[in-house]
Amino acid sequence: MDPVLQIKDLKVEVDTGTAVHSVLDGVTLTLRRGQTLAVVGESGCGKSMTALSAMGLLPDRFRIAAGQILLGEEDLVQVRPQRLRALRGNAMSMIFQEPMTSLNPVLTVERQIAEVVELHQDKTGAQAREIALEMLRAVQIPSPETRLAAYPHELSGGMRQRVMIAIALACRPRVIIADEPTTALDVTVQAQIFRLLRELQMQTDTAIMLITHDMGAVAEMADEVAVLYAGKCIEAGPAAQLLAAPAHPYTSGLMACTPKLRLGRAALTAPARGLGEIPGMVPPLGQFPPACRFAPRCARATEKCHATPPETVRLGPDHETLCWHPNEAREAAPAC
Amino acid sequence: MRKLAPRLISAIGLLLAVLVLNFLLIHAAPGDPVQVIVGDMGGASPQLIAQMKAQYGLDKPLPVQLGLYLWQVLHGNFGYSVYFNMPVLDLILQRLPATIVLVLSSLILAVVIGTLLGIFSARRPRGILSHLVTLVSLFGFSAPVFWTGIMLTILFASVIPIFPVSGMFSVRDTGGFFAQTLDLLRHLVLPSVTLASIYIATYSRLARAAMLDVLGADYIRTARAKGLSERRVVFGHALRNGLIPIVTMVGLQFGQLLAGAVLVETVFNWPGLGRLAFDSILRRDYSTLLAILFFSAILVMVANALTDLAYRWIDPRIGGGRTRKATKTPAAPGSKSPGPAKG
Repeated sequence: MDPVLQIKDLKVEVDTGTAVHSVLDGVTLTLRRGQTLAVVGESGCGKSMTALSAMGLLPDRFRIAAGQILLGEEDLVQVRPQRLRALRGNAMSMIFQEPMTSLNPVLTVERQIAEVVELHQDKTGAQAREIALEMLRAVQIPSPETRLAAYPHELSGGMRQRVMIAIALACRPRVIIADEPTTALDVTVQAQIFRLLRELQMQTDTAIMLITHDMGAVAEMADEVAVLYAGKCIEAGPAAQLLAAPAHPYTSGLMACTPKLRLGRAALTAPARGLGEIPGMVPPLGQFPPACRFAPRCARATEKCHATPPETVRLGPDHETLCWHPNEAREAAPAC
Repeated sequence: MRKLAPRLISAIGLLLAVLVLNFLLIHAAPGDPVQVIVGDMGGASPQLIAQMKAQYGLDKPLPVQLGLYLWQVLHGNFGYSVYFNMPVLDLILQRLPATIVLVLSSLILAVVIGTLLGIFSARRPRGILSHLVTLVSLFGFSAPVFWTGIMLTILFASVIPIFPVSGMFSVRDTGGFFAQTLDLLRHLVLPSVTLASIYIATYSRLARAAMLDVLGADYIRTARAKGLSERRVVFGHALRNGLIPIVTMVGLQFGQLLAGAVLVETVFNWPGLGRLAFDSILRRDYSTLLAILFFSAILVMVANALTDLAYRWIDPRIGGGRTRKATKTPAAPGSKSPGPAKG
């Protein structure tokens, strides 16, 4: 499948005023048409920064130091701000984590959706309104005609996230970046939102970059997975393969942290295994270990891991990891 | 509009309280109006003074005087100004427009300039312009209004005489409506700028803080993610949210603005209520002073009512809003969300 968005060796830095710290250190990702790439990792690993870099929305003091972000043939790192604005919300759009605060409280739903269409597609008021209505229908909001005039505070969290999705989809973008779109929502609503994204993706062939720390969401949504840790992509590959046989100890650690329901017979026969956790925390910016960044928290770490930065190990045609001691086959998950 | 009746009742109560309180305060103050009148006449015998006291009802006990006054006010009679030699109500209505013109123009000047300065400095909070605005604000805030007024008078009376420094209209007749308006505007510049100066400072600080807050909000990031230009992000998405604290301030400060008008009108000889208040205090013209305070209270109340309306227009979350309410449950503290609609 042809790649829509390619991030190549992206390096992002933050200038804190006293020092310059590396935030992303050579992240490489590929997003293909009609597919979902899940970008996973704990908080502070650089997932959101990767997304914001692609959108050109890095906060103050953050800057792209090196690398390429190719949307089709265009390198978004090099294009002029006007061009980036023309692409943003149009060829690629973003769904944010907090539906409660991501919509403007003083503008109606109609205005917030119609605005993008008017801006990017030269539609007049009436046409834009029609598209806004169409989008509300597409994201399955009940009685969309009356919802057009509603303000965000009159909608529930799930509804607001649907409106966000409607805004993101209004111009039929090639790429949608969803930054933890369901974290703030109820579990039942999470499943609905994921199903909706799946359906819309199948209709429009949009590529989705799903940023999450929820391995359950990965299993449900993703075609491909990239695992980030401390600003580096430490494992990437097809979702099925990676979830079945995680190679990097961090990936298996993340998976062990996901609770599994064991019902019926399984609950009686299988021995109960406690919910795992990864000891320690993501190192703060500027304090990344020199060699393998995960080594201080890793059960498999040896002298070598602390001394020499790991090299990429190829485990399958698309499955790669950055580790000195990858799980080659279905080894037992490390204690964590 | 359902709440109109209780609001009206509380407004009437408030006005009554203003009248009673000011009446008592003025009577507690030293000085006797009859003394002032006979003083102007060049002294008088005790009989004449007693006769005049009886004529004006000043010999009656205080509660009776108060009752009589309230009864008269209820009938629209605010008394007769001895000094200005005309009914107080006519005097007030004659002076009111000048004050409204001055106060409104200052308010508009202060809010518009203050907000714009605030926006620009919030856009680059560490930039040179931002520091400059802070500095100028501090200066404007610290300088007393009458001092600013006198400095501007000196500057424009002698150094660069382009604006008139006194009065509201030129003495000679300037002709048609257009010419008169122009003449008024020319006279308005200095008093208006003087009165606005202190509030420009307030509003620029306030707008800066409000806009800094709003520009960091998630929905501003959403607006940028839509590909909107910075101008549309700031003026289309951020400003209306940033206006909420500013409108609050307008409502709160309107009374202070009227108080400032007393000084400015006196310095620039502006024929408004403020100048009239100053004169009537000097002349112990109590009925005029009471009426001025009464009408100032009405102005403040009207300003507050307008502020409330502006709120509803700016922020749909306040009051009934303009759309049918979709929420059934009251909003939980901290989140303004719960609605009947399922995700």
